[in-house]
Parts: sequence; structure tokens; C-alpha cells
Amino acid sequence: MADNNLMLDIRDLTIHYETDSGVVHAVEGLNLQLGRGESLGFVGETGAGKTTTALGIMRLIPNPPGKIKSGQILFDGEDLLKKSEAEMRRIRGAKIAMIFQDPMTSLNPVMTVDKQIAEMIRLHRNVSEHEALKQAGDMLELVGIRRERMHDYPHQFSGGMKQRVVIAIALACDPELLIADEPTTALDVTIQAQVLELMKKLKQQFSASMILITHDLGIVADICDKVAIMYAGRVVEYGDKRSLYANPLHPYTIGLFRSVPDIDEDVDELPVIPGLMPDPMDLPTGCAFHPRCSMAEECCSRERPEMKELEPGHFVACPVRARMLGQA
Amino acid sequence: MLRYILRRVLFLIPVLLGVAFCVFTLLYLTPGDPARMVLGDLATDEAIKEFRDKEGLNDPFLVQFGNYVYKAVVHGDIGRSYSTKRPVMTEILTAFPYTLKLSAFAMIIAILIGIPCGIISAIKQYSWFDTITMIFAMIGLSMPVFWLGLLLILLFAVHLRWLPSSGFSTFKAMILPSAALAAQSISMVTRMTRSSMLEVIRADYIRTARSKGQKESIVIGVHALRNALIPVVTLCGLQFGHLLSGAILTESIFAVPGVGRLMVNAIMSRDYPMVQGGVLFVAITFSIVNLLVDLLYAYIDPRIKAELK
Repeated sequence: MADNNLMLDIRDLTIHYETDSGVVHAVEGLNLQLGRGESLGFVGETGAGKTTTALGIMRLIPNPPGKIKSGQILFDGEDLLKKSEAEMRRIRGAKIAMIFQDPMTSLNPVMTVDKQIAEMIRLHRNVSEHEALKQAGDMLELVGIRRERMHDYPHQFSGGMKQRVVIAIALACDPELLIADEPTTALDVTIQAQVLELMKKLKQQFSASMILITHDLGIVADICDKVAIMYAGRVVEYGDKRSLYANPLHPYTIGLFRSVPDIDEDVDELPVIPGLMPDPMDLPTGCAFHPRCSMAEECCSRERPEMKELEPGHFVACPVRARMLGQA
Repeated sequence: MLRYILRRVLFLIPVLLGVAFCVFTLLYLTPGDPARMVLGDLATDEAIKEFRDKEGLNDPFLVQFGNYVYKAVVHGDIGRSYSTKRPVMTEILTAFPYTLKLSAFAMIIAILIGIPCGIISAIKQYSWFDTITMIFAMIGLSMPVFWLGLLLILLFAVHLRWLPSSGFSTFKAMILPSAALAAQSISMVTRMTRSSMLEVIRADYIRTARSKGQKESIVIGVHALRNALIPVVTLCGLQFGHLLSGAILTESIFAVPGVGRLMVNAIMSRDYPMVQGGVLFVAITFSIVNLLVDLLYAYIDPRIKAELK
């Protein structure tokens, strides 16, 4: 997979939060690849380490307590973890932009929205304040907010409109990679659909790659080309959307799909994955999922499973499944 | 905005009436005869009776209060001091510039030291700077001003002979009283800035600013500071109001002829019109400072400006 068309190649990334009560293993040996122009759905439960991974790519892990312990994040072939803070500042916003989870709190309450967009433009483009504000107005129109409202403050907008402003900020400098961290979780369903539609449209218009963090498998099916399933700090299954949805292979992924209600079936109780997410301060040995896994064997508690390509372009970190498919 | 200011000013009327009534009642109930205090122990009974008649002290309580309010509202006259015989208004207006200067100096010192210390403490939380600052803030907060004042006099006036121990006429003389008075405000401003800043720098919009590739100095100095200052402004306003209402202890220790000392002397000598006028004056200044703080608040926080319209 080491071809030059890779935009983002994360290798063996480990991020820990060192707190007084112990070390939180937020991301543990994570591998992930993203090609140019692709969009990747990054799925997992709350606490699986999705947001930490995203902040790690931006090098915005709050330190202390967070620390990137090891690994590489290759972006356009260059390791972001080796960049100086000044170099990172030129990448943030200009090449990698992020949309955050909660639009209610993501905008500075004492700054008008046009200034918040213009700030981004001024940082990465050599334009005057006047020109930046004009472009900020253009960006607002692009995300469907009337230009007259550009001098308003965030509290004068609704949640959905605030998220549009956040999107306008993220796209203002035409980034190569857009990381959207649960962009619709805080919005109600009808607004969710509008915002997703907007993101889909803009992603094509700006031909950016995208990582969409979510725990909603439906959104991923709608927007993404590739899917990565994350569990307890690691990617357990990664593949093309079609093959992963048609044929989920990892026991955790299978459990996830089973717990989504099916409109055609009449069931009283949804099958759930037994047990809880492991305590990130004390992860199980071997495969972190083995205590909850119905297919677990004795070896699962000993060896940490490696990712194996079980179908073309479909990687799974489960030796048991690999053996079942005759590829051990 | 203008309507809001007008409403606030109109609201002053019931406040001042209430304050006047409370002070009047308290003074009426306080033991001690002003006539005796003014005329001395050797005064004859006739002289005392004459004084009481002239000042209306024998009238029923409500009549006295009514007369006072009537004169104040219609003639703008709040009486003459029993002891100096000069109009109360003149006395207060002579003393007020000293108090104003003292308070303003103390407040400026508090802001210039407190806010930067608070910011650095917050961004370098648990560093040695933070620890030392918090220890000093704790000391400053718990040290009574009269004791700190005496220590300062002892060191800078008696031992080192750098600064005068009393008075308030020269710049040099203003340093010690202002420093003594500022100590508590510095501590409060530092602690408030620190805690408010700590809250703000964890906010999502700070992360947004960083994710734009903004420089850390601007993230802190522009995005965080303006949000963190909102509670600090309230605190400074309240502090300034308190300082203005007469830093009684500081003014007494350093012999500053301000409003605080004027009132202490008036209370000691049962100088009713002086006490009454002084308290009203303090109430007015306090309300005006509060109004100014609220307006400043609206300037800093657009969400509040929207509410004022």
C-alpha cells in the first residue's frame, strides 16, 4: 500500500494521556491510510479514540496530559510528528482543516462570524483585511448563509447555521484534507441531513479528501468511500465501503451492524454486544475485544492481532476470522 | 442603549430614598446626643435645647425625615456640618478628590499587576510562577489592610526613609497608601483572571482558533483574553465601587483626608447631616460605577449588548 497516491499514512500511532490516576491508552498502535480525494468514515464507540486520532493529525493533543508516544503520521509523504510548531501552523487550516463536534461552542462568542472566517484567510493567504472579509462573505454565501448576516455574532445564529459557519471556516483556505469530527451529532435530524448534503456537495466542489468521524453507520454509507472501524484505540477493520457493508468480517463490526435496527424486520429486542468498552487505563492483553467476543479463542488473549487483507482492499485484525476464511 | 441608561438612572431614585431612610432610622436610634457632642460637656441646658430646636432634633421622626428629603430635593441642600458649620456638600467635594485618586491608583495597580499575573499563572498552570503567584495572592488576600499599612510604613518610611508615612499631596506620598489599598484587589484580580482564563483556554473555540494555524500569542491574547475578562471586569467594578466608598482604614492610617476619614470623624462626633450626606454620596458613586461597569460589559460581550436593546 506504499504508493505515492497516499495522502495520509498513519503508522503505528500511539497516543497516551498521562493522568494522576494512570495512563489512558487512547490510541494504541493505530494504522490508517487515506488516498487522495477519498473520503473515509471513521467509526467507533464513544471513547474509542477517534477524536484523539484526529487531534493527533492536527498535532493539537492537549499536552499535558496528552502525549504522542510513537508512530508516524505521513501527510504528502512528510512526517507531521517531525515538523516544528511553526511548520505545523502553516499546515493547520491551509492543508488540513478540522470541523469540530459542537457548533454551539466552537465559535468565539465575542467575535463576528466574518472576522472568524477572515482570520483563517488572513493567516494563509496574502490578502488585505478588506479582501479577506469580502472572501469571508463569499464563503458564507457558499454554505448558504445570506451575506447581510456576516457581521452577526455566533449567538444570533441557530445551531445548524453555526455549523455552516464552522464549515465555511474550515473550507476557507481550500484544504487538501478535511477532518470532520462528528459534525452532525449536536444537531437535530432535519438539520443533520442539510449539513451532510452541504458537506457532500462542498467536498466534491473543493476536491478535498475527508475523514468523517462518526458513530452513525448510516451517515458513512451516505458519504464515504472507505470505512475504518475503531475499537479501543485501534483500527480493527478497514476497507472499501461496499465490501465492508456487504460482508463485515471482524466480530466487533458484525456486532455493530446487528445492533442497528432493520426497518423490514420486526424484533422486540436488538442484539447488543455483551459487556462494555474496556477501561482505557487497563486494556485487555492481546486483542482488546476478546473479552466481549463470541468467537474468541485462547490465542486471542495472548497475541495482538495484525491487520490482514482478507479480501482485496479489505483489511481485518482478527486471526480467527482469517483462519475461517482459509487465509491464516 | 440610551433608554437603558435612563432607566438605570431613574432607578437610582428609589435606591437613594431607601438608603436615606435606613441611615436616618439608624442615626435616630443611635444613643448619644449630637447637641452634647457639638457644644461640649460644659454647655448649659438652654444652649442644648436651643441647638436641638434649631436643628429640628425635637421634631417627630417622620417630620425630620420629610424635612430632610424636602430640602434635599427642592433646594438641593443636604445641610451643614454640626462641627465645621460648612455645607456638607462642600465638605464631601473637598474630600472626594483624595479618595478618587487613591482608589484609581489602587485599581490601576491591581489591574496592571493582577491581569498579567493571572494570565501567566493560567497558561503555566502548576509551574513555579503559578505556585508563587498563588501564594502571594493568598497572603495579599488574608492580610488585613491596617496591618499591611503599618508594615509598609515601618519599612519604607521609618527604616529606609524612602517615602513619607502620611499625607496625600505629592506623588511620593501616594505610593504607600495606594499599595496598601491595592494589595487585596491585586490578589482578587489575579485569582479571578487565572480561574476565568483556565476555564476559557479549555473552550472549544480556542481549539478552533488553534486549528486555523493561529499563533499561540494571538490565541491567548485575543481569543481567550477577551472572553476571560468578562468576569474580571465585574470584579474590578465592584472593587472600585468599594474603594471609592471610602477606604476607611487606609485613609485613617495614612492620614489621607478623603471621604472615608470624613465619615469616620462624622460618626464619632454624631455629626448627623455629615453622616447622612456622606452615605448618600457613597450610594450614588457606587450606583454610577455599577452602571458604568454594566455598560463596559455590553461593550465586551455582544450577547449582553443584545439584551440591553
